[in-house]
Amino acid sequence: MDIRDIIAKRIAQEFKDGMLVNLGVGIPTRIPGFLPKGISVWLESENGIIGFNGLAKKGEEYPFFIDASNSFTTILPGGSIIDSGLSFGLIRGGHLDYTVLGALQVDEEGNLANWIVPGGRLAGMGGAMDLVTGAKKVIVATEHCSKDGKSKILKKCTFPLTGLKVVDIIVTDLAYIEVTDKGLILKEVAPGVSVQDVIAKTEASLIIPPNVPEMKLN
Amino acid sequence: MGKLKSVQEAVQMIPDGASILINGFYQQGAPEDIIDEILVQKKKNLTLMNNDAGTATKGLGKLIYAGLVKKLICSWCGLNPLLPELVEQGKIELELNPQGTFVERIRAGGYGLGGILTPTGLGTIIEEKGWGTRVHLGGKDLLYHTPLRADICLLEAYDADWVGNLIFRRTQRCFGPIMATAADLVIASVVTPIQQIGALDPDHIMVPGQLVDVLVQQRR
Repeated sequence: MDIRDIIAKRIAQEFKDGMLVNLGVGIPTRIPGFLPKGISVWLESENGIIGFNGLAKKGEEYPFFIDASNSFTTILPGGSIIDSGLSFGLIRGGHLDYTVLGALQVDEEGNLANWIVPGGRLAGMGGAMDLVTGAKKVIVATEHCSKDGKSKILKKCTFPLTGLKVVDIIVTDLAYIEVTDKGLILKEVAPGVSVQDVIAKTEASLIIPPNVPEMKLN
Repeated sequence: MGKLKSVQEAVQMIPDGASILINGFYQQGAPEDIIDEILVQKKKNLTLMNNDAGTATKGLGKLIYAGLVKKLICSWCGLNPLLPELVEQGKIELELNPQGTFVERIRAGGYGLGGILTPTGLGTIIEEKGWGTRVHLGGKDLLYHTPLRADICLLEAYDADWVGNLIFRRTQRCFGPIMATAADLVIASVVTPIQQIGALDPDHIMVPGQLVDVLVQQRR
């Protein structure tokens, strides 16, 4: 299985029917494809859509309807269009059940860095800082290590932060980790991965409970 | 019909050095006809406020590429590769706002409020650069931001009547209803033929016409 699908599949199991959620670019956009039977959620898009429903078919694009990735989109029956003030009122005001987004770095205190690489091209934070500040639960979906093999789960983030003490759950291709006041608790390992593997590939300290089950992905 | 102007006449009302709120998310909701005319009339030293920074060929990005902009306030500029270079060279001043902070600052400007207090951005570049100021109120740390207002607001609407009442379609709406409250001169570029007074259902109007000063009829 594509490791990004492992992450998306595990996070999909957290979703409950009828939730309002915002999914970041990359791995999180795979989650709707893995929702358990009978579970559907309202997808929120920062530019003012509740209930967007995937890309418009070729030839059926409506010129005034795009999603937060600049693609022509569609809306579910029962969905709604709102202005940016209400959109961020929902986001910052605690009306969003989950936000799922990627990470460059995340650390033991739940600090998140995901909007700029030092020395990299400047792009701006967009809605990310509001999302991690206001959502009821912040779920990070990321590969455990960067492309050069370095742990993305650190004792302390070194990149510019998106939010202070904001992350609740970290799901990677190796592990499901809960962020608590006491530190990071290793709750589950990915199929075929040992607790020792996870410890070896994690710079941050992990709290290891007596029993760490394997993720159930079906 | 007193609010109707040609796009040339409308842009003649914008002085050099103006501050301009431009609606749009990926420039959807932005009036391309008005932006193109600003290029033609070469308005200079503009301060622009928009969610993103457009692209080389779309929206306010064209004004940045043409060197007409001295300052930009936005939340994201990932599709405008020239902008970081201009910032580095000191040719353009950039102020980043989290998107929710950006829209609320504009709302504060338009609604007569003294600023906003938000938890967003604490401990980040927003605080480090002094774009927001940390205060401790009601037992909470928050960032204070000043209101945003502009001389001009530019937006696109789908339907309008001769009062200037506006209706948007889908994500054309985004910042429009809020930006329209926060400028001295509001110019709307209208997609469909402007309608008789009374033709629009008052329950459907998204910007009351009293906020809109100038209507430009798009030619499609």
